[in-house]
Amino acid sequence: MTMHDACAVDQHLTLAPKRIGDLENRPLCLSGKGVTKVFGTGAKQTVAVDHVDFAFHEGELVSIVGESGSGKTTLAKMLLGLISVTQGEICFQGKPRDISTSRKKREYWKGIQAIFQDPFSAFNVFNKIDTVLLDCIHMTGGRGLPHAKKVEMMEEACCFVNLKYAELTNKYPFELSGGQMQRLMIARVFLLKPRILVADEPTSMIDACSRATILDMLLQLRDEIGMTILFITHDIGLAYYISDSVYIMEHGKIVEQGTADEVILTPKAPYTKRLISDVPKIYEPWDLTTV
Amino acid sequence: MSNKVLEVRGLTTKYVTRFRENIYAVDNVSLSIEEGKSLGIAGESGCGKSTLALSLMGYYFAPLHYTSGEIIIDGKNISGMKPDEVRKNVLGNEIAYIPQAAMNALNPTRRIRRFVEDVILAHDPKANKKQISEMAEARFAELGLPASVLDRHPVELSGGMKQRTVIAISTILKPKVLIADEPSSALDVTSQKMVIKMLRDLMEKGYIRAMIFITHELPLLYNVTDDIMVMYAGQIVEQGTAKQMVFDPIHPYSRGLMRSIIVPEEGTRGHKLAAIPGTPPNLKNPPQGCRFADRCQYVVPQCRVSAIPMITFDNTREYRCGHAVQHLREVYSHDDA
Repeated sequence: MTMHDACAVDQHLTLAPKRIGDLENRPLCLSGKGVTKVFGTGAKQTVAVDHVDFAFHEGELVSIVGESGSGKTTLAKMLLGLISVTQGEICFQGKPRDISTSRKKREYWKGIQAIFQDPFSAFNVFNKIDTVLLDCIHMTGGRGLPHAKKVEMMEEACCFVNLKYAELTNKYPFELSGGQMQRLMIARVFLLKPRILVADEPTSMIDACSRATILDMLLQLRDEIGMTILFITHDIGLAYYISDSVYIMEHGKIVEQGTADEVILTPKAPYTKRLISDVPKIYEPWDLTTV
Repeated sequence: MSNKVLEVRGLTTKYVTRFRENIYAVDNVSLSIEEGKSLGIAGESGCGKSTLALSLMGYYFAPLHYTSGEIIIDGKNISGMKPDEVRKNVLGNEIAYIPQAAMNALNPTRRIRRFVEDVILAHDPKANKKQISEMAEARFAELGLPASVLDRHPVELSGGMKQRTVIAISTILKPKVLIADEPSSALDVTSQKMVIKMLRDLMEKGYIRAMIFITHELPLLYNVTDDIMVMYAGQIVEQGTAKQMVFDPIHPYSRGLMRSIIVPEEGTRGHKLAAIPGTPPNLKNPPQGCRFADRCQYVVPQCRVSAIPMITFDNTREYRCGHAVQHLREVYSHDDA
């Protein structure tokens, strides 16, 4: 199904996500060694992320799973270059990442983008939706394009996320519902076409029924554009459904990693076992005595 | 005849806007819960789940207004009571309510003990404070909360602990019915499990006699409640036991909901995930026929002609759709293949 067909078919049906098998043969997109973040100094020191190693391949969908306070979002912010790294090295497309100046940072952000948990605070309230989308075209070097071409690109992006561009022009982001705003966020990502997308709990503020649509779009971004997606969530069921590989984080450390099937179906770390047992299930009885 | 703790017949409530428009957010809802049973209400945001919860308490304040119908708790009709009367006689000892952000319901400057006293004194002004304390300590211990919680301020407790404290306080008078409106959706999985365990303990130890549990997380409903009711645009569209609803949903909307379930189990992986396209109708002028028609895959012109009544099938189940049950089952099995 191409992107244009996607808007003709209003019913968004997802096929079970394809798992990619040849991960080792793919080039590394983002990797890190001994990445650490320490907040505060002296007695008030908190180690939020503690010597974390990771390697994300091109076109891979990776989930990072952990409870509140396990350091998932801090890790994501470090990867995005929003906060500094206390110790360790992050490599982007095989080379050590250099974001020492704001110019270099802007260049880096062309390759890595994010969707956050709260769509309501993700937009500038003074900018209309056209402006939001136009900015993305300008950011990727499309400033000189004729207006008609820009409109066509914006229409395509809206179409990709099942929104109607004609209905959005002249509206402000806050006039949309939460689910629509989150989709608009994905339309931005579609225009920017970064190499890596960091999705930090993109579905936790959306009800279960609209969740499938968002997941479907992330999978399409991966399959059609070849984006590497880093999916951060506390819902282990969601991670299992969508991802190729899973990293489990506890208190800033990665306690288990592997393919989705390995980690979820045959968990080894006690923490992973506990996370899985805490989720209500359909096919197995839910053991409430282990609280 | 079985003992019905809560019975609701044809309850209709409306919101009145500034422009005098009526929005019927709960439209002709009937339900009943038997002693010791729990009922789950599922549906997407804005379908009227929370309004139904507020309406069931009989506690109406503008812009929500009571229109018609009866709410009978253990043989006592509470519909049409004045808000003051409801607060004194119904809330707390007949019906208790836990909102989604229950943890924000606690005044940060007061100790937990004071909230317990407030609840009891509101219903019995002559109660002895020492007895209240003893009773609260015993009850907290029984529900797995340390007695030291009573002397803490709300800010000293974690989110999950606050939520459990609110549940313990609101059920201190042994209400007959507990309405839990998304009590765990702001919590992580481990705290959620503790909250669920506490609700189950309350039922088992007889502190509540029936429970209504509202959420959009279906795996949770499946594990917690005996029956599930699906709401759409202010109306009940299907009801049945939890097992029937999850494994054999009949209404196209229920089926859509059930297909959005994701659990970390082997069976999940091969499943197609389905999203229901579009958004719910505007209830200012709801569609004439089936309210789900605009989003339904299986819509036919007759669906839009006249309102569709609830139809009983398989003896105990009910649904609201123009298609026959047999036809829908055939279509679904064909779809799955």
